[in-house]
Formats: sequence, C-alpha cells, structure tokens
Amino acid sequence: MTMIDVAVSYNRYRFLGREFLTWLWYSLETDPKLAASVDPAIGEIAVGNRMALENRGSAGLETVTIKGDDPGLEEGQTALQKGALVSELSLTFTSGDQRWRFTLKGESLYITGLKVPDTGPVETEADLDGALLEKAALVERAVHLIEGLFYRFIRIRISESWQTEALAGIRKWIGN
Amino acid sequence: MGLMSTSVSVSRFRVEGKLEAPEIETVAKGLKENALSEIEDAAAEKTVGWTPFRSPYRPLFEDRSFVVGEYLVFSLRIDRKSIPSKVLKKEFSEVSARRLAESGRPYLSRSEKKMIREEVAHRLILRIPATPNLYDLVWSLDRQSVWFFSTLKSANEELETLFAKSFRLTLVRLFPFTMADLTAGLSDKERDLLERITPTPFAP
Repeated sequence: MTMIDVAVSYNRYRFLGREFLTWLWYSLETDPKLAASVDPAIGEIAVGNRMALENRGSAGLETVTIKGDDPGLEEGQTALQKGALVSELSLTFTSGDQRWRFTLKGESLYITGLKVPDTGPVETEADLDGALLEKAALVERAVHLIEGLFYRFIRIRISESWQTEALAGIRKWIGN
Repeated sequence: MGLMSTSVSVSRFRVEGKLEAPEIETVAKGLKENALSEIEDAAAEKTVGWTPFRSPYRPLFEDRSFVVGEYLVFSLRIDRKSIPSKVLKKEFSEVSARRLAESGRPYLSRSEKKMIREEVAHRLILRIPATPNLYDLVWSLDRQSVWFFSTLKSANEELETLFAKSFRLTLVRLFPFTMADLTAGLSDKERDLLERITPTPFAP
C-alpha cells in the first residue's frame, strides 16, 4: 500500500470507524458476552463518561457531545434516530480488580486518554525495565480488545447477514 | 505525554518491509545514524531525531538498552525554536531606526525592510534555545507493530518520515480501513467485499 493509497482509503472509508463505534455501543448494550469473546479475562465493560455523535446530513455537520459520569444516553439514541453515528466513544473495562479507561476516535481509531492500572514503583534501572514491560503489557490488553472487537465488526459488516441481522437489530434498538 | 504517563494517547502502525539481519544491529545502526543532533544546526528552526527513552536529553545510542524484553522502546525528539513575535518586532524596530538614521533617507524600501526582518530573525534564532518535544515509541518486531504515544498530526508525520529513512521500512497508519485490509486476516474474497462497501444508514 503506497502513501497515496493510504490517504485515499482513509477518506473513502472514513465512515467505517463511525459505523464500528455505533455497532459497538449497540453490541455492548445487547450482548453481555461480547468482550469475553475477545478476551475471556475481561469482567465488566461499559460505555464511559463521554460520547460524541455526528450527523452528516444534508443540513451539514451536526455534533452532539454527551459527558458526565452517568451520561444521558437517551440523548445519544435520539441523535441516532435522526441519522447520527457515534464519532467518539469512551469505554471502561475491568479484569480482576484492575480497571482500564480510554476513548476511541471513530475516524482514526486513535486511542486517547488511555489510563491503565498502575505499574510498580521505579527506583532502580532494573525497576524501569520491569515497569516498561508491565506498562506495555497493560497497553497491549486494551489494544488487543479494540482490535478484536473491530475484527469481529468488520467480518459482520462485509457478510450477507449485515443487512438482514445486524442492521435490523441495530435499527430496532435505535427505534426503542 | 509519554509511555509512562498516567494518561496516554496512542496511534498505531503496521510495519511493512523486512529488516536486514541481524535485526537488532540494523535497528541500532539506524538509531545511531539518525539520532537527534544538538550541535549540527544552530540556525535550524526544527531538528528531528531519535533519542533513548532513558536519556532523552542525551541523544546517544551507546548500548542496546532500547531492547526491553520483546519490545524496542525509544523516543522521537522534535526540537523547535520559535521567536516570540514581540521580540522580533522590537529588534526589527531598533535595527530599522538605526539603518534609517545611517541612510539619511526618510524611509526604507520594502526590500530593505524584508532583508532586515530576515537578518534579525536569523540572529535571534541562534540565540534562543530550542524547546524539546518527546514522543515515545514501542516497536514489536514479531508483530510488525509500532505504537506511537502521540496523536499529534505533525509528530506522526515526522515519525513516518524518519522511520522510513532510518530503517528502510514503511509505517502504515492503522485506521479502520487499513486494520481491516492488512491486519484482520481477511481472505482475498473478503478483502474484495471490503473494498466495495459503502456507507449504510443506521436510522430506522
């Protein structure tokens, strides 16, 4: 893939990330086993304290941002009913007694504000190596989960059941 | 925000191409040859290079401490000098007044003013220190993946350029399409389907 192809495909398929985040929100709400299918050690997973939705309709770009510890998700569903898609989604998940938090940007799938469980204290050079490895492994857990969820989405998205099953389910959920 | 910060931002890349064997030595050579040089270009507004994660202000790669377990960990450093506009304005006004007095003319021409501005900027840039910006990177050779701990566009572009120059490998940014196309393990048939997809309306 050349640099030009990369830029072209970024623009041509920029809707994919927003479709993924919208599917993800729906799936988290309706399929309690979703995260465990990617990483069996994951306990709870939920939408965090921030969500943004974008509507790129004929009236131009409209953005709705929902923030707070208990975001009013009905507002998000109302935006979906009007044709918006999720453009930014913060998530939180646990594994054992540890917790991860981060925000996913739809278009780029950049991971921002990633907070992973604390690593051990660093006092010596050897501690630093250990802490680096630990931190990398903790980041890896989040990356692995995001990738696993996305791969699951993309297989459904290109399958024949996308229209008949997934999208039908999402539309029903949006309508409620 | 670096790798060890409490809150980090990550952009991800797929590494395309093959490193010359022995791989670690090739990486070490690329890092050494493209390490940030603090002395070389005192008049440059921007200097870009690699620096060790452990000693970011001492950009020398003297050992293999960038190898941490299965990962390679080092940093991209971008040093920038920017002249505060008010300082530039003050110096320009002083030099202009002096030149005007020397010339005995009532005003300076547009090209004279332009030349003075360039001279002043050049002199100031030599005097002001560069501000170092550090961006950490974690590279997994086995997985052909790079995590870059910044989502800043300019830093990501500098990374892609310097990485290609240093290691003769291409970094492909991972965003939804490239993830689906390159790393999701889709078959050729599935990748054809992927290329043809168009947006679907979700609203009922």
